[in-house]
Amino acid sequence: MLGVLAVDQPDLFYARQQMAFSLGSHIVLACIGMSVPFMVVLAEWKGRRTGDLVYVTLARRWAKAMGVLFAVGAVSGTILSFEFGILWPRWMGRFGSVMGLPFAIEGFAFFLEAIFIGIYLYGWDRLPPRVHLWAGVPIGIAGVASAFFVVAANGWMNDPTGFTLDAAGNVTHVDPWAALFNSGLWPEAVHMILAAFIVGGCLLATPYAWAMLRGRRTRYERVGLLLPLTFAMIAAPLQLVVGDWAARHVAVHQPTKLAAMEGLYKTTKGATLHLGGIYVGHEIVGGIPIPDGLSFLAFHDPHAVVKGLETVPAADRAPVNVVRTAFQLMVMIGTAMIGLGLWMLLAWRKRRSVPRSRWFLRAALIAGPASVVALECGWITTEVGRQPWIVWQVMRVRDAVTDAPNIRFGYYLLIAVYTVMAVFTVLVLRRLTNTPLPTDLTRALSDEPEPLEGS
Amino acid sequence: MRLANACAALMFVGIAVYALLAGADFGAGFWDLTAGGDERGRAPRAQIEESLGPVWEANHVWLIFVLVTLWTAFPAAFAPIMSTLYVPLTLAAIGVILRGAAFAFRKASETLPLRRWFGATFASSSLLTPFMLGAVVGGIASGRVPAGEQSGDVLRSWLNPTSMLGGVMAVVVCAFLAAVYLAADSERRGRPALVLFFRRRAIASALVAGGVALAGVFVLQHDARTLFHGLTHRGAPLIAVSAVAGAATILLLVRARYAAARVSAALAVVAVLFGWAAGQYPYMLEQSVRISDAAGPHATLVAILVVLGGGSLLLVPALVWLFVLMQRGMLVAEH
Ligand code: HDD
Ligand code: HEM
Ligand code: HEM
Repeated sequence: MLGVLAVDQPDLFYARQQMAFSLGSHIVLACIGMSVPFMVVLAEWKGRRTGDLVYVTLARRWAKAMGVLFAVGAVSGTILSFEFGILWPRWMGRFGSVMGLPFAIEGFAFFLEAIFIGIYLYGWDRLPPRVHLWAGVPIGIAGVASAFFVVAANGWMNDPTGFTLDAAGNVTHVDPWAALFNSGLWPEAVHMILAAFIVGGCLLATPYAWAMLRGRRTRYERVGLLLPLTFAMIAAPLQLVVGDWAARHVAVHQPTKLAAMEGLYKTTKGATLHLGGIYVGHEIVGGIPIPDGLSFLAFHDPHAVVKGLETVPAADRAPVNVVRTAFQLMVMIGTAMIGLGLWMLLAWRKRRSVPRSRWFLRAALIAGPASVVALECGWITTEVGRQPWIVWQVMRVRDAVTDAPNIRFGYYLLIAVYTVMAVFTVLVLRRLTNTPLPTDLTRALSDEPEPLEGS
Repeated sequence: MRLANACAALMFVGIAVYALLAGADFGAGFWDLTAGGDERGRAPRAQIEESLGPVWEANHVWLIFVLVTLWTAFPAAFAPIMSTLYVPLTLAAIGVILRGAAFAFRKASETLPLRRWFGATFASSSLLTPFMLGAVVGGIASGRVPAGEQSGDVLRSWLNPTSMLGGVMAVVVCAFLAAVYLAADSERRGRPALVLFFRRRAIASALVAGGVALAGVFVLQHDARTLFHGLTHRGAPLIAVSAVAGAATILLLVRARYAAARVSAALAVVAVLFGWAAGQYPYMLEQSVRISDAAGPHATLVAILVVLGGGSLLLVPALVWLFVLMQRGMLVAEH
């Protein structure tokens, strides 16, 4: 713990809300920025190789949408870099040199992403096809790399390494590489990147699920649905495995966060897992108990001892119900997605096509927003579960916040600006989706049989 | 000490490149705003869209580069700057958001009423960001950011004569750069009417910039003595270079030598920025925090330099490719 005095910041609540709100917005766009470029390049590749107009058209349209979303994503990321200093100067002042390195590396990933997206979007007509196709590849790679490095910084907040504190609370013996490669990095980063593919794939598929539900069921819609959804459905089962890895990491390095995620008050050998229910007065009320389940999940040993919230003073506990509900929702959605993937796989093996049922289309439609909910829930688990620490057991949020007055007005302003931006983003995207298809494509599609029947 | 200076120098290169590239993108917003009604403004707006579209996002990343280098290498300067100057910084960031989003929206939407809205937002936020960043520079350069964990005066740190000078100067300089670049771009694309359009504006903004600089002498003399002393002593040669390059730009524009005008315009801007740096050296926050005081530990500075070196190996070829494709007219929006 640091020997600094907490500042008197009446707007601390707003600072936290502002951080949460702007991160929560950025992450959705960031996920699209990481995964959609791969889908666009794949569609372009198929289109160029086969001359199939369906793929060609999809690739071009996705690229247009990607261009808009990338711009919005980039500016929403910029505000985060400002906020780190504006809202949490004491954190940055003290630890900027420890955990700043991944951001410096990330900066180069941003450069590459922005450069190649410029080339890719504007070079479509004049660059040689092969060159153009390859210019799309670095966009996604740089996006994934940037996620890796930001999450490294977040991993460090969860598992701070690469420095020591002397008796006066000064940061000494800084090793920025050790801070970068903190133990939280790997599970968190892999989980995040998989999440990006789930979110990007499910979101990109939604307009096609919608169109098919409304009766437009040509090959154009089927490919538009299946290609992105396949990315997501491959990632979903892997996500469960990696999520388990992440949970076991939390169990070891942030035991009281795990206790908050599970609502476990007393340190217990062979702890029970509860599905659902709420945490009232130190225990879970309602929900389905699974004896020894928690010990098994957290340590892969039904008799393992799981630390409870009682091990830390009340002031150092995260708000259990927020963290726990978010965690349960994420896991539920993740599990449901695996089901959706299996359904798709079975239909594909039987008939090489989309499942016939309208229920599948409905599920695919919901998968888009559901994946975003899972994403936000995951981050709520991680970030609120870390409370009251900004740097786990090293620095508290209230010691990190700025002492500048009236910062809540920045929060209000940001909400207003983001609301307007969100409205227009949706409007512009809708306009892109509703643009009529090129006539040569519609002609080609009307010649094809329609294999999917309504029910 | 030497490592810290190297990091500071690289960060300053980032500031200069940001000013030259993104500055011109903001300036283009100014000309977009003043280009006139739908009919009259169509051609210049199309040229602006064409010149900015493929590159503005890459140009914008230089700001991120500067921020992350500042907070990693000089956390003890980053923290007080951000907390004291949070108002103009927040407004600058809002400008960044509105500008970028509106530009992308305008490009993606074909119907006119929406386009006009997006255009107006793009253009007016293009003024906000440079003004606020200029004000931030003014606040830092006039020594209004106190060191330490307590933030300074969050209003007077930027509502002061030097900051206002910085803000106005930034807007004018951005407009100047943009007009020169756009004149050169229009010439390369063979659009003589547009060349004249932007040339007139380039010359006008160069004259305004000169006027503001002269007025600035009086402002700084009274409001920022230390900075004034630095600029007129250690920084003097660079300020002189800037004045000469600015005058040369006007001459080159009059003679219709646009490619050369581009170079001398850039030189004028870079020289004045480095003049500021030289005038302030070795202080980062005027009179209290030297570059070496603000610097992080040795290991971090080494790591930063390694990363910047390694990153450049990827960045420079990619950037060169982007600009070469741009110059060759390979990057155009589909129609
Ligand atoms: C599409 C999104 C998505 C889905 C389906 C899942 N997750 Fe997740 N989860 C995230 C998206 C996410 C995330 C990207 O939001 C988080 C926040 C921090 C992180 O690294 O990933 C996260 C965090 C996170 C953490 C906390 C890590 C920490 O605090 O360090 C755990 C334990 C899990 N997840 C476990 C799971 C399990 C067991 C899932 C079962 C299928 C699961 N997640 C599905
Ligand atoms: C992008 C996905 C992320 C989301 C949705 C998210 C969400 C949140 C939320 C909900 C809070 C508020 C917690 C509270 O006050 O109760 C928060 C706080 C914070 N997060 Fe994140 N976070 C994300 C990623 C990150 C990353 C990658 C970093 C850093 C590298 C980070 C740094 C912070 C900081 C500094 C705070 C404020 C201090 C605190 O409340 O602990 N976040 N975030
Ligand atoms: C886990 C959380 C995060 C992930 C996965 C992530 C990922 C990404 C990605 C993929 C982009 C590319 C732009 C796009 O796709 O629209 C991006 C942009 C950006 N992000 Fe994040 N980010 C995260 C959190 C943060 C945080 C905490 C910061 C700053 C402190 C940040 C700063 C930025 C900046 C400055 C950009 C703009 C880069 C540009 O101009 O091109 N991000 N981020």
